[in-house]
Amino acid sequence: MFGFFQDVMSGLIGGLFRSRKKVKLGLYGPPNGGKTTLANRICSDWLGEEMGSVSPIAHETREVQMKDQVTIKSGRKELSFSLVDTPGIATKIDYEDFMKKGMKEGEAKIRAKEATKGVIDAIKWLDDMDTVVVVLDSTKDPYSQVNITIIGNLVARNIPILIVGNKTDLRKADLKKLEAAFPQYQVIGMSAKEGTNLDQFYHSLFELIG
Amino acid sequence: MDLTLQFVPYAEISGLSSVGRIRKLLKLAKEGNIVLLEGRLRKEEEAELIKTTMEEINEDFQGIELGVVYPDKTATDFLQRMKSGVINLMMGDRTGFTIVGPASIVKEIRRDPNKIQLLTKAPQKLSKKKAHK
Repeated sequence: MFGFFQDVMSGLIGGLFRSRKKVKLGLYGPPNGGKTTLANRICSDWLGEEMGSVSPIAHETREVQMKDQVTIKSGRKELSFSLVDTPGIATKIDYEDFMKKGMKEGEAKIRAKEATKGVIDAIKWLDDMDTVVVVLDSTKDPYSQVNITIIGNLVARNIPILIVGNKTDLRKADLKKLEAAFPQYQVIGMSAKEGTNLDQFYHSLFELIG
Repeated sequence: MDLTLQFVPYAEISGLSSVGRIRKLLKLAKEGNIVLLEGRLRKEEEAELIKTTMEEINEDFQGIELGVVYPDKTATDFLQRMKSGVINLMMGDRTGFTIVGPASIVKEIRRDPNKIQLLTKAPQKLSKKKAHK
């Protein structure tokens, strides 16, 4: 009898929390697509603080970073999630590329070592995601195998996807090419740096998760 | 600089486990070969290949370039897709091909729906090789 009462209560409480729609929202993509810039934008908008540092040198984010209890609002609707910013996924990392950007050899080697670990962690975290925003640089070739592998793995895991074509403030941005490459997904063009089209992005998050 | 293109028929990897397939492809790439695999890996295996590559990066091995080309968009007919789906399930995914090259030799693999370009590094100048689908 007590067991039955306990089951009913836990069902009610569980249902109450489930309706709060708290999920793990991951930001994935190749290096330098603007994942951390977008994470900073979201956190600044809704928490009043930034999440991580950004740099023009690739692999600035080398550890998975998570911000709990991010709540965004649209009218009466609320959406709470844990925001997970992941290191950029790459198939190659050469410390000499960092040296070309002005780093000393020792520093470049450490960065390369940390970056490889970051890629491994980002892939491991895929299984923990409930929804993923794939952040792509809209000035770059969308058909890169890394993009296709990331999206293919999300599809294989039945994880809902939203694609962001970032850096639309740049002259070379080609959102149409990005849309043509992934016609089965919604592609939101934005500049996370300039903060353009954020409203549409948040609206799409509600559609995807809400 | 010698450039070796090694063809791997699907039959050579069909009996291997996921780990075995990844190890085989990575070993060939680390030996300096550009591997042309008949068919493709599963999506999870592609991610695992990237993960294993990262584990093996050091001063001598900078990673790989990876490109997968598959013509399944052309199979629009439902019955044809069903047929290829059943064949893939029974015999593995032999459609298309996969290119895996060491990053020290292959600078970039560019692809769009109609062609694939393999840009290689050369000691003096960059050579450009194109392979049309």
